[in-house]
Amino acid sequence: MSILVNKDTKVIVQGFTGKEGTFHAEQCLAYGTKIVGGVTPNKGGQEHLGLPVFNTVNDAVKNTGATVSMIFVPPAFVGDAVMEAADAGIELAVVITEGAPVRDMQMAKAYATKKGMKTIGPNCPGIITAEECKIGIMPGNIFKKGNIGLISKSGTLTYEGANQVCKEGFGISTAVGIGGDPIIGLSYKQLLPMFEADPETKAIVMIGEIGGDLEIQAAAFIKENITKPVVAFIAGQTAPKGKRMGHAGAIVSGSAGTAAEKMEALKAAGVTVVVSPAEIGKAVKEALSK
Amino acid sequence: MNIHEYQAKQIFAKYGVPTPRGIIANTADEAVANAKELGGTVWVVKAQIHAGGRGLGGGVKLARSLDEVKTLASEILGMTLVTHQTGPEGKLVQKVYIEEGADIKDELYLGVVLDRAKEMPIIMASTEGGMAIEDVAHDTPEKIIKVAVDPAIGFQGFHGRELVFGLGITNPDEQKKLISFASKLYKVYMDNDAEMIEINPLIKTGSGDFLALDGKMGFDDSALGRHPDIEAMRDLSEEDPDEREASEYGLSYVSLDGEIGCMVNGAGLAMGTMDTINYMGGTPANFLDVGGKANAETVAKGFEIILKNPNVKAIFVNIFGGIVRCDRIANGILEATKLVDVHVPVIVRLDGTNAIEAIEILRNANIPNIIPAVDLADGAAKAVKAAKGEK
Repeated sequence: MSILVNKDTKVIVQGFTGKEGTFHAEQCLAYGTKIVGGVTPNKGGQEHLGLPVFNTVNDAVKNTGATVSMIFVPPAFVGDAVMEAADAGIELAVVITEGAPVRDMQMAKAYATKKGMKTIGPNCPGIITAEECKIGIMPGNIFKKGNIGLISKSGTLTYEGANQVCKEGFGISTAVGIGGDPIIGLSYKQLLPMFEADPETKAIVMIGEIGGDLEIQAAAFIKENITKPVVAFIAGQTAPKGKRMGHAGAIVSGSAGTAAEKMEALKAAGVTVVVSPAEIGKAVKEALSK
Repeated sequence: MNIHEYQAKQIFAKYGVPTPRGIIANTADEAVANAKELGGTVWVVKAQIHAGGRGLGGGVKLARSLDEVKTLASEILGMTLVTHQTGPEGKLVQKVYIEEGADIKDELYLGVVLDRAKEMPIIMASTEGGMAIEDVAHDTPEKIIKVAVDPAIGFQGFHGRELVFGLGITNPDEQKKLISFASKLYKVYMDNDAEMIEINPLIKTGSGDFLALDGKMGFDDSALGRHPDIEAMRDLSEEDPDEREASEYGLSYVSLDGEIGCMVNGAGLAMGTMDTINYMGGTPANFLDVGGKANAETVAKGFEIILKNPNVKAIFVNIFGGIVRCDRIANGILEATKLVDVHVPVIVRLDGTNAIEAIEILRNANIPNIIPAVDLADGAAKAVKAAKGEK
């Protein structure tokens, strides 16, 4: 078991024939992901990486039965691509592209929600079910199969966390990079109950950062609904106010969205909160030995 | 990206959002000519910098004669204005905005920002104009009215009614004027991919008209590509030169006041590295995300920018190699040290794909001030030690 994706998930790639799309589709195929085709307007009918290319997501879904789309289109076209996927009946869109305008994501997410499509990202490493299915740009080899679910706003902290968990002798069930933009698709609050319900997942690592209040919402949710141990790290304890720290959404505005308030809320909800990402692995080990 | 008040007002004017008339000046003589052109007997001379609190800092003054316009403009132009938002170093005033005097009866607050929890813009209004909105939110939150506008339906009549009744405006003519004002401001926000608009104060004049006496706008950097007119308003002198230089090379840099320079791939890990240094008893000198493609060129640029800061006593390079293999990054770092004179200890932690080979490469290179580390904790600890001058 796992959440959202597994070895049977059929995936298409939007922005399939571009440089990034091609490189990462190849990596995903090598990992074992069932990529069944891709979409690039005006290249329909061609073959790429031995797979069919379609002009529209609609065509791709009809011909391949894909339920998930991995999106690599340039930032200005992300909103359009997400809405196209939702319109074509895709169940989950994984948006890797960084730098999509916020206004576009407002519209796209509202439409996706209306159509019942889940979205991961944008500006994220994607999702991986260890040793089964990788939909994204993460290095697959560091994710050993196991019982820890991972949710992270940051790409490299996802790798850092997964690597430590595996070095402690554990492994990953599914890891989801949710992205650090001001408006994102699935967040902690939607993913936590999926991990809670997944019999394979024994503990959950959540990695957050400054800005917004998703971690605060997660804390309230964990308190009421999550029985599995949760280990959390919030990046940006030393970040100055009013400065954007790399991610578009990582900014303390006024006095809202600080690491301190998020860490407090999570602690109050019974979560093991570590002050350095270097402690994630050890904390997971301790949480599971209780 | 942020713009000046006078530029925000130019955008407002395009959309019919009422503002007092004004003209921008670069010199005291221009200021006088502008005041003459505007006519009247009272003018306001306003320093143009990207920070709030200009009035309190002495950057906004009332002039009752053309001579006074000249005197005040000469005083304000070239002054270093310190406000609660500039930091103690202040900001140099290079332009003044000459505006006609206004008949102020009431001061309100009106703003539009993205509500991240609701995932849509909200219009914020308050009767407490002229005060810092953060203070109003803290002391008297009930005096702030928030109306969320779903972009799918846009600004409707009911949004306007929620605003005016919330503000206690009962005169039907004034209600109509303020609703029209807010509706146009919402359009300014959406059309231009603004991140925030703040009008503080929005004034009601003796004759019951509403005017934007101030104007502050920030934009979504990701959307600037489709707004060349707004991109053209960028004032580079308002931006940190090091942050700007870094961004030209695809690096994301923020300077801090500590001693350990940080070079990391990924924003989250970069913040996590700063936090770990702090946890181990050191102080980070900067945030620096070299992005997904750490190579010799980006690493060399990173060293160069970090070393401009004289407080830096050690550098911690923390890279989690994913798709990019660590052995390649190790070679990149060695190459970078040939391009830039790195005179402080550099602690290098490479983890991920081919990490063991990478550490071998660094060891074999035998460069005395490059110290390999095996993981994040080890690297941070070594960096803190090195910054303190310990081995």
